[in-house]
Amino acid sequence: MEELLLSRIQFAANISFHILFPTITIALGWVLLFFKLRFNATGDDRWMAAYRFWVKVFALSFGLGVVSGITMSFQFGTNWPGFMETVGNVAGPLLAYEVLTAFFLEAAFLGIMLFGSRRVPNWLHTLATFLVAFGTTVSAFWILVLNSWMHTPTGFEMRDGVVHATDWIAIVFNPSMPYRLTHMLLASGLTVAFLITGVSAYRRLIGDTSKGVRLAFKTGIWMAAILIPVQIYAGDLHGLNTLEHQPQKVAAMEGNWTTGPNVPLLLFALPDEEARENRFELAIPNGASLILKHDPQGVVPGLNDFYAEDGTPLHPPVAPVFWSFRVMVGTGMLMLLASWGTLIALRRSGGIDKLNPWILRGLVAMTFSGWIATLAGWYTTEIGRQPWLVQGVLTTKAAVADVPAGMVASTLAAYLVVYAVLLAAYMTVIFRLARKTTNTDARPHSGAAQVSLVPAE
Amino acid sequence: MTLFGDPAIWLPLAFAALMGLSILVYVILDGFDLGVGILFSFATDAEKDRMVAAIGPFWDANETWLVLAVGLLLVAFPAAHGTILTALYLPVAVMLIGLILRGVAFEFRAKTTGSQKARWNLAFFLGSLSASLSQGYMLGIYIMGLEQTATTVAFGLLTAVCLTGGYGLIGASWLIIKTEGRLQTKAVNWARRSLWGVILGLGAVSLASPLVSSRIFEKWFSFPSIILLAPLPLMSALLLFVLWTALKHLPDSKDRWSWVPFCITATLFALAFSGLAYSFYPYVVPEKLTLYESASAPESLFIILLGAIFVLPVIIGYTILAYTVFRGKATELTYD
Repeated sequence: MEELLLSRIQFAANISFHILFPTITIALGWVLLFFKLRFNATGDDRWMAAYRFWVKVFALSFGLGVVSGITMSFQFGTNWPGFMETVGNVAGPLLAYEVLTAFFLEAAFLGIMLFGSRRVPNWLHTLATFLVAFGTTVSAFWILVLNSWMHTPTGFEMRDGVVHATDWIAIVFNPSMPYRLTHMLLASGLTVAFLITGVSAYRRLIGDTSKGVRLAFKTGIWMAAILIPVQIYAGDLHGLNTLEHQPQKVAAMEGNWTTGPNVPLLLFALPDEEARENRFELAIPNGASLILKHDPQGVVPGLNDFYAEDGTPLHPPVAPVFWSFRVMVGTGMLMLLASWGTLIALRRSGGIDKLNPWILRGLVAMTFSGWIATLAGWYTTEIGRQPWLVQGVLTTKAAVADVPAGMVASTLAAYLVVYAVLLAAYMTVIFRLARKTTNTDARPHSGAAQVSLVPAE
Repeated sequence: MTLFGDPAIWLPLAFAALMGLSILVYVILDGFDLGVGILFSFATDAEKDRMVAAIGPFWDANETWLVLAVGLLLVAFPAAHGTILTALYLPVAVMLIGLILRGVAFEFRAKTTGSQKARWNLAFFLGSLSASLSQGYMLGIYIMGLEQTATTVAFGLLTAVCLTGGYGLIGASWLIIKTEGRLQTKAVNWARRSLWGVILGLGAVSLASPLVSSRIFEKWFSFPSIILLAPLPLMSALLLFVLWTALKHLPDSKDRWSWVPFCITATLFALAFSGLAYSFYPYVVPEKLTLYESASAPESLFIILLGAIFVLPVIIGYTILAYTVFRGKATELTYD
């Protein structure tokens, strides 16, 4: 048991650290292409200034994504040998296609994209930018196909306890894939939108009045404002899809114990799995029934329905799923408020220069809000799949490696230290880059005023 | 699918060949990146920038060959993947942390200055060193049949040092191509010194393998394979001699021969690798699990092979494009 929990924590730590960086590179690649195409069309060098700044962030994020991704390809074997032994016939080809069609494409053209703009013709540099962006998205496609298949497996049969693929179309286009992929791509877009807005707001606050910063700020805030309503709608569709295929997960998200109509939407509660009830509920009557069934009388599944014959629960741990879901939705609502609020304030005040600095500071605080929402969303869906690793096919417990707990614990400690240091370094370097670029590119009115505005790290 | 006979025979073999190719390409390509990282500790600050510029545009794609190799092991031989990686749990963790440090140091050192930069330089060196050492250690333990006793650990430590020497050699050879002036002269010296590690390593592995495994002994020293195998050590010895002589005459005044050490070293790596592959065939976990026993279902392998046949030539194509774009002596790397 200890081994299982430690292995899960170790894999969760690695995959949580890893997902932060693809979440940025997937959408940032397309934003860079947008900057580059605007530059090609207008010849305005300020688009290229925005490109040059954000390509550095891209390179940094990409590097971190690559190294943490390699860790994961090894941990399938070191931590979860049962996974590939049971479902390798499906997971294997999907992972292989990711490496073959996406990884090499990204890696080969990244060099040209980063360092090649003086060595190759402009069209090739634009093409390299496109291919890198395309590669990150293809990579996301394959990995989300596999992940979705683990939630809603189709197109296979069991022979001697091993999964054999029977229908590749059904495997790739499994029921939850379109929803999960859309939800994740939009999450990436929102993460990048707030990253760009936050860093640009920071540069504006420390006295950078260049047009490159304005362009980036405008791109970021409009991107956020457009994507967030789409994301809320896509998330709702994804939830309905989950209700159909994994009702126990939705029951945990809603904190609903007994199946029935008129289920309230819980704003706050402390789910108690021992007593099988919630404490300190704060609820909107009929809310969950309305959201999930579009009808106050709608019947919502309850956790008490999900039991094996011997009495062990077949539903996920309730509190982590319940709370992760609320963190995700809460962050999403905050994003809606921040993006639309800023747009309205921009219209009223007539431009970024007259914007209340507290709005800019608020946006700086939200620089990495996309990460919080993305992680919370992944925790909701992945913990929500427990006790299954592949829904209905393989339990997490059956896949774990027989490695001494002490060995897992010691390597886990080492990984955690490395990840904490790298995360701190990453966030520091992004803001340092912002300051450095501001100091060299912009012409600040007063050096003294600028120094005093730089917050302590 | 029955075109070449029983797919349960030729598909695993095809995948073993693909995996072997990926490992070899990885060892040569990321070998020179890691080698440059190890040589970092002997260079001045200005030289360090030039050395990073010599590998900067390539390292990412080079490392992807490791992902492909371990990915092929994972997808084609899932049972072996589990057995090998759980047996090598700790060295794998050390290698991964090393690769993480090495990879991120590339980016971070370019974006900082002063003492911060010195710290990332150190991380780059330590990351490259620990990744090389742990890869060498894993090679040794693998040759010893994945058992960890005092003797096998000692052998693992020896192969760790020797592979690191090998990476140092190929790293220095790469620098001879990509640099000029004082740094190039220095690289020639580094290459000469690392050569001893390679000679020691090739000798140790050649002696230990037949002693550990009676099956390998049988394979090497029985007639007629001894005649078929003889060219391998003879060619290696000849190449080592040519390399030794070449390094004495480098750098040449017109820089016409700077590519020679790299080509010879890569060929040496390929020869050593084929020797190992020949010795261990048909086992993928030494003496325990053959390719055929641990392979995935033929239908799944066929789907991957189909993709690989179409995609691999394209990958090779744009790899060549990337090396062509960044050919010639390394200059300062800029994002502009």
